[in-house]
Amino acid sequence: MRYAETGYNLEIDLATGKIERVETDPNLLGQHLGGLGTNVKLMWDRVPPETKAFDPENLLIFSNGLLCGTPAFSMNRTVLSFVSPQSDLLAYPMMGGFWATELKFAGYDKVIFRNKSPKLVYIYINNDKVEIRDAAHLKGKGAVETQELIREELKEPRAQVAAIGLAGENRVFTASIEQGRSSASRLGGGAVMGDKNIKAVAVRGTKDVNLARGAEFMAHMKDITKYIHYRNNNPLPGVMTILSGIGSPQEMKHTDEKWHTESFAWGNARKRRKDFWTKDIEKSWKETQDNAIKRFVSCFNCPQQCGGLITHGDVSSYMMKCFSKLTYLMGAYVDDLDFGFRIAKRAFEYGVDSFSTPQILAFAVELYEAGILTDKDFEGCPTDKEGRFVWLLDRLVRREGIGDVLADGTYWAARKIGNGAEAYDHNTVKKHEQMNIKLGMLDPLYYLMYATNEKISITQIEGNWPQGAFPSREDREAFVADWPQLPDDKFKQYFLDWNPRGENSNPYYPTPQMCSEIVDWMEMLHNVDDAIGLCAGMGSFCLKPPYHIHNYPKLISAATGMDLDEEGLKKIVSRSRNLHRAFNNRRGMTRADEKPPEDHWKHRFPEYEEQLLSTYYTYKGWNHDGVPTREKLMELDLGYVADDLEKRGILKDGQNKEDN
Amino acid sequence: MAKIKKIIKTITVDADKCNGCRSCEVICSAFHSTPKYSTINTARARIHVTTHRLKNIWLPVFAGDYVPAECGCRDKYLLDGKEYSECSFCRAACPSRDLFKEPDSGLPLKCDMCEGEATPLCVEWCLNDVLTYQEREEEVEEPVMMGDLEKGLESLVARFGLDKLTGSLTRLSRKD
Repeated sequence: MRYAETGYNLEIDLATGKIERVETDPNLLGQHLGGLGTNVKLMWDRVPPETKAFDPENLLIFSNGLLCGTPAFSMNRTVLSFVSPQSDLLAYPMMGGFWATELKFAGYDKVIFRNKSPKLVYIYINNDKVEIRDAAHLKGKGAVETQELIREELKEPRAQVAAIGLAGENRVFTASIEQGRSSASRLGGGAVMGDKNIKAVAVRGTKDVNLARGAEFMAHMKDITKYIHYRNNNPLPGVMTILSGIGSPQEMKHTDEKWHTESFAWGNARKRRKDFWTKDIEKSWKETQDNAIKRFVSCFNCPQQCGGLITHGDVSSYMMKCFSKLTYLMGAYVDDLDFGFRIAKRAFEYGVDSFSTPQILAFAVELYEAGILTDKDFEGCPTDKEGRFVWLLDRLVRREGIGDVLADGTYWAARKIGNGAEAYDHNTVKKHEQMNIKLGMLDPLYYLMYATNEKISITQIEGNWPQGAFPSREDREAFVADWPQLPDDKFKQYFLDWNPRGENSNPYYPTPQMCSEIVDWMEMLHNVDDAIGLCAGMGSFCLKPPYHIHNYPKLISAATGMDLDEEGLKKIVSRSRNLHRAFNNRRGMTRADEKPPEDHWKHRFPEYEEQLLSTYYTYKGWNHDGVPTREKLMELDLGYVADDLEKRGILKDGQNKEDN
Repeated sequence: MAKIKKIIKTITVDADKCNGCRSCEVICSAFHSTPKYSTINTARARIHVTTHRLKNIWLPVFAGDYVPAECGCRDKYLLDGKEYSECSFCRAACPSRDLFKEPDSGLPLKCDMCEGEATPLCVEWCLNDVLTYQEREEEVEEPVMMGDLEKGLESLVARFGLDKLTGSLTRLSRKD
């Protein structure tokens, strides 16, 4: 019997319609856990570096995490994996909601799609019965609307449906996959799904998930539950409201947006408005939000309530997540929150990434204002800020006119448009739009996170280490006094000695070595969460979370029956992490690609930044090009990867981390 | 007739607080698996959260008795502007639906308030306080316990109907 995992993947060849239920190798659990870990292994084994996003050979993998379906709170992530049309690297956007656990209850760990369907279809997985069904009648339908239509058609209100909208059908590079109150948005999973002609994947499952040592598992959960209660009743003092609790940032509950609106940059990630949050704005935004939210909602088996059911004026009901209420509004320089709630619904139905898309629209507006795009490109476009954004969004998802160029994202659009447009693509890393943040002093930790992580999206890398130093020593001492989540007590001293200004402050403190240790720790946590299917809001993307390195191994051991300690767990996720990096190296990613946006900080230190990067590479066991060394790969039982990289000339003889 | 004290167990469902996470279904199925906590399967849970997300309907309902026949009508309820089917509130394992039945055997499931535990586990694991548990003591008349003969007669009534049975008994008594 298999525990925690089902031990079966569903393999679907869309070209032939062949569907197979394939038993997986039980040893993979100990090598890569599940979720992102086993996705990366599949991608390495089956997708050669020559394969491009829209080639039939590109895989589209929907995976649940190892602990999805267990009684552990907040284990509900679906991890998508594919070669991205935007970055040409391995992307792994995730979504919460209810889909992942339903798939596990249906008896599968993953659904693996290969090749392309000759016509638009949707898939219905109902335990052992799996059908490829015609979706001609769903063509052009909204991604939210489609979910309801399929549930009605199947007469199965309990089916969980992941769907694409018009953007995915039209292979827009920022197309998302929408599901319930969640979406897998980054790097164009919706475009790959649309390219394969899959409108939606519906799942219903009524099978068992097994726990190896259930009573022991529940005893650990009692401790974790106690801590969740404690943290919900005792928000962290000394940090901004949005960071004081657990769960994803509580964007639906909190109406105070002073921090986001004044600290983040408006337009095409250009301008901070440090005096935006006036009393009038505060009053009007609170009223709009309180009226719009009908109920706070959560994902599967999660006590937090990060989402909201929205009914806003004549906009029909939808569910809002996280930061989307602000991104379009700030991109368009609109001061009224009403616009945020209006355009979000339209965007969710189209199925587009709420982080990248508004920046692309703002980029187009900038190009128009600069005369690079012309009246001809904007023919028929309204002149008001709101109307202009909606018009551009409508064009983008349909790939009409200038929308066809913009649909490839800022980086590719800038190169197609030319004529100086490249300079306006100022906020991408590895061709992917970043958060709209522009700051003063170089932050060495964030430098490393922006530069090196395979997620290519900063919100999924940071988390357990505070974003800034605390001004008072007393507050720092109080913060470190109760910090059981730390993997090593030395981090307490690093934090105590860290000042916001003067001695021991950014950019030289934490030192490059300390930064490497901190970033590696946070990245390790994200890799664990992404393998077990935990919402990062309850683990890696959160200050003092309920789940951490000291309880993950206990839960995994009790669930799977495998006896895993902290070192063992770290080794597994490091193995998957290095395999992921090797996959991207094999596709051409090198040190030259590992650069945060040039204007991310005003004060830059080029030589020091190189030193930071080299120190981090050495710490990770990577060579000067950011490629894992043979020594590192052998240590992780990845000799076959070293052989492959050497054969391709990516890893050269004698290169090692000491050369950095 | 003698009075006795009886514990009445009540779970109050504050449906407006429900965020639809279904932790109650998860823990219920885990607790009732054999051995305890060995498997999880929300389809085996004795509580079900009826969900129509975009209609703002999240309604936890507990499994009640098995009924051999479905209702003759399907009433609708309008509450606070939202339309509910009567079945949404119904606790029965009934032929009209697969709810509250073992997915493999179709045998009915019924909430037992997690017998043996201080509090039903769905209550303990709902961290949003949708479910609250109360026990109260009531004085009730001591029920008349049926003997074997009466139990036997009751099943005969159920099978043949009271009229037929009375007729037979009368005929039998005449023979004496």
